[in-house]
Amino acid sequence: MSKKTDSNVYTVLFAVGMVLVVGALLAFTASSLRPTIDANKRIEKQQNILYAMGVNENDETSVEFVSKDKVADVFSKYIKKQLVIKGDEVSEDEKAYLIDIKKEQASAKAGNKRRLPLFVGEKEGETFYIAPIRGKGLWDAIWGYVAMNKDMVVQGVFFDHKGETPGLGANIKQRFFMDDFKGEDLMSNGQFKGIVVSKSNADPKNEDKNDNEVDAIAGATITGDGVSAMIKSELKLYVPYFKKIK
Amino acid sequence: MGLLSKKDAKLITDPLADNNPITIQVLGICSALAITAELKASIVMSISVLFVLGIGNVVISLMRNIIPSKIRIIVQLIVVATLVIIVDQVLKAFAYELSKTLSVFVGLIITNCIIMGRFEAFALGNGPWKSFLDGIGNALGYAAILIIVGFFRELLGSGTLLGIKVLGDPIEKTGLYALGYENNGFMLLSPMALIVVGIIIWVQRSRNKALIED
Repeated sequence: MSKKTDSNVYTVLFAVGMVLVVGALLAFTASSLRPTIDANKRIEKQQNILYAMGVNENDETSVEFVSKDKVADVFSKYIKKQLVIKGDEVSEDEKAYLIDIKKEQASAKAGNKRRLPLFVGEKEGETFYIAPIRGKGLWDAIWGYVAMNKDMVVQGVFFDHKGETPGLGANIKQRFFMDDFKGEDLMSNGQFKGIVVSKSNADPKNEDKNDNEVDAIAGATITGDGVSAMIKSELKLYVPYFKKIK
Repeated sequence: MGLLSKKDAKLITDPLADNNPITIQVLGICSALAITAELKASIVMSISVLFVLGIGNVVISLMRNIIPSKIRIIVQLIVVATLVIIVDQVLKAFAYELSKTLSVFVGLIITNCIIMGRFEAFALGNGPWKSFLDGIGNALGYAAILIIVGFFRELLGSGTLLGIKVLGDPIEKTGLYALGYENNGFMLLSPMALIVVGIIIWVQRSRNKALIED
């Protein structure tokens, strides 16, 4: 029994038609939703930066950002300066939070000088320096924001990821993990050391803030190593600036 | 059941037990291993699959007479990928928070063999309403296993359920931990998901001998 759908001509035509229909449908959806999606991404960046410096609506265990409609006002209230560091030059740019770290990393690899955004926030008389970081997890990109004081002691962090395993690596954006970084010193005896996500630090309550270590998540070794690596390689670039402002 | 005939109702109830997609058809094992370390992730994945499989089955069933048989697998793949990506984009625009939670699952849904398996085995040969019921039934059967596995892995692996510490605090040594109980970190790793699924298969087959193949 041969059906008309078995013929080669029909098959090819069907394939071409399907590609056109699906392509048009996806292109239409993507381009008509783009402005809304971009706006959401901008809001998210502001929320993340504020979260790292402790401006959020957390209760006991949850992660709650400043609400979407208030975030623009809150952001301009707390973030006093947005700096772009390029080598020895430091300039102000109020769009610095939109700098794409991924592109900067790629262009630095190609030999260009990297632009490093740094956000200076003020809350209750204290000054926070917030730097974005980005690296690799197990499956895909991981990134975050680290708020420090002028001595490079961590005041708060926010981590996020694109596709880490739910329940394991994805837990880097949970409170129990992020809160451990608060108060950890990035320096050790005047040298930049970073913070290592350690499986063997024997300090699960994280009482020792000068050991440059936090407790790892069981079952998420590679994601944790990715966090250690991005903290080390990215925040190291800011050390000259922090030496200068001392 | 006034709404469903006996035959239709069977399409929903069969996959829940005697024709379960995971334990009997052995489909969708990969995602059952990947995301069941936590009960919440299991539930989110179950709802997503319910949605995609229900709608996808209907779409494929409507197209079943015009799909050229030589390229039917590719057509099925395109349909499910398009569906998932459109949903993902719409969520990103209008429910950004939700889309962040779901984004991890997008890849897992497109490649979920339950979805391709049901398209191929059922939707290509049956009408839209029956296919819809079959999709819902299989997604529920999948959900049942995912939730059972997620329940045990989270409870025994982290001592929590939906993130709530039900057994006490392992660091402060309260509740059960005061008696010397420890979380079994091994439960968080994928091999234990396979072992839990294996135990479910064993229990199911020892209760219903008809399921045992020679």
